[in-house]
Amino acid sequence: MDTFDVIIVGAGLAGLGAAYTLAGNGLEVLVLERGDYPGAKNVTGGRIYVNPVRDLFPGLFEKAPLERFIAREELTLMTKDRSVALTYSGNELREEPHQSYSILRAKFDRWLAEQAEEQGVMVLSKIRVDDVIKENGKISGVLAGGDELRADVVIACDGVLSLLSEKAGLQSHPSPQNFALGIKEVISLDSGVINDRFRLEGNEGAAHLYVGDITQGKFGGGFLYTNRESLSLGVVIGIEDAIDEKNPIEVPVLLEAFKSRPEITPLIRGGNSVEYSAHIIPEGGFKALGRFCGNGILVAGDAAGLALNIGFTVKGMEYALASGYFAAKAVLKAKEEKNYNTETLGVYKKLLEESFVLKDSENFQETPVVLSNPRFFTRYPEMIGNLMKDIYAIPAGPKERLYPTLRKHVSLGELWSMVKDMREVMKI
Amino acid sequence: MSETVDLKAKLGLDVFKPVAIPHIKIRPGMEKDPRLKSAVRICPAGLYSENENGEVVLATIDGCLECGTCRIACGIEVLDWNHPEGGTGVQLRFG
Repeated sequence: MDTFDVIIVGAGLAGLGAAYTLAGNGLEVLVLERGDYPGAKNVTGGRIYVNPVRDLFPGLFEKAPLERFIAREELTLMTKDRSVALTYSGNELREEPHQSYSILRAKFDRWLAEQAEEQGVMVLSKIRVDDVIKENGKISGVLAGGDELRADVVIACDGVLSLLSEKAGLQSHPSPQNFALGIKEVISLDSGVINDRFRLEGNEGAAHLYVGDITQGKFGGGFLYTNRESLSLGVVIGIEDAIDEKNPIEVPVLLEAFKSRPEITPLIRGGNSVEYSAHIIPEGGFKALGRFCGNGILVAGDAAGLALNIGFTVKGMEYALASGYFAAKAVLKAKEEKNYNTETLGVYKKLLEESFVLKDSENFQETPVVLSNPRFFTRYPEMIGNLMKDIYAIPAGPKERLYPTLRKHVSLGELWSMVKDMREVMKI
Repeated sequence: MSETVDLKAKLGLDVFKPVAIPHIKIRPGMEKDPRLKSAVRICPAGLYSENENGEVVLATIDGCLECGTCRIACGIEVLDWNHPEGGTGVQLRFG
């Protein structure tokens, strides 16, 4: 029977980030992955922000198989009959180092696993971990396919549905209010067509976010990212909202309705859908975070609930990579002290607290509550859409003055509600 | 599930490796539990349906995207939920 310094469950960004760092420091690391290959079960919307993690993995991102750097951001408010869009582009987005990239995980994770293997990590795919081995109150390995595999420490990086951290007693059963469901299609399209359609040059990319009617006024939205030769198009909806008995939603229908919107059809015309996927996103934020470590075990990435909705974007992959890195640092410290108990490994949480990972979580902890206000997904898109409609309308007769037009849509009562909403937004 | 979405065609885009033992099962006696009803609408693969007796049925696990939404939406009191065995189930080529 083999014994390793560290066993990591899950070859996603957290697991591979930890493995890469540990092996780079000379530890014997085994990564177990249940998919056919690293990335086979992993989904992102997707865009990764590189700035927060660039220094943790020096030189790594320069050669990474990322898709396009995002040079154009667009936010669209949608109602049933119209939409209003805001586009942002700037030289700062075109200059290197680029802050964010579109990404396809099957490709990226496979490559990252190869980089980890070059550092000496052993990655075994097609293996499902069934349980932890607990001896004298300490996690001392995992059970996989009837085999007992032992290590000084286990790192659970088994994703948003971390059965392993539940089995280790670090997390209770997840609650619907803390999670959103994302469904997505990858649509292949010629890169030249993408550049023309989205007004991009070379390897520039676009990131679009759509809010309002797409989720029938509920928490969530639509997204579109340009990859090199494909588009990632999808819808995210809060699970609690989707299963609301008074107004339940047929989730697969949302994506079809989104695709048939006049704002979207010309963008995907001529493209072929090549993959359909679904994934859960932790959206509970700071208040929903589970425990990060126990005796002989650490939890990182989505498994630890480390994703964050900050309003105009959802981040997760940076937290996965960084938490993997800090978990590795904690293990290296524990190895120095030859002790892997909860207290020694607890330095992990301290490292997370000192970094952007938990600072972001804490700073944006009110976001889930603020965004649960349905007015953001119904009233505001309606109001702004109607206002634009009347501002731009030129009737057959005389046109109404602008100020009365504005006041027609924004009454005193409405203004008061907006002030109240704004007060909530100020918590973010 | 609504007829407007051809989920079979969508799932046909994906690579699946056969799952020998279904990894998600409705717990015996729980078929009529109201908590299961949400799975019929929310499952992105449309694998759950309700029969004329008011029972929720998971006729096949083929096409399961392994997202886990049903586990979170319905709970483990009504669903016996696990990941499929290693090297089986959906294998994403793009992700």
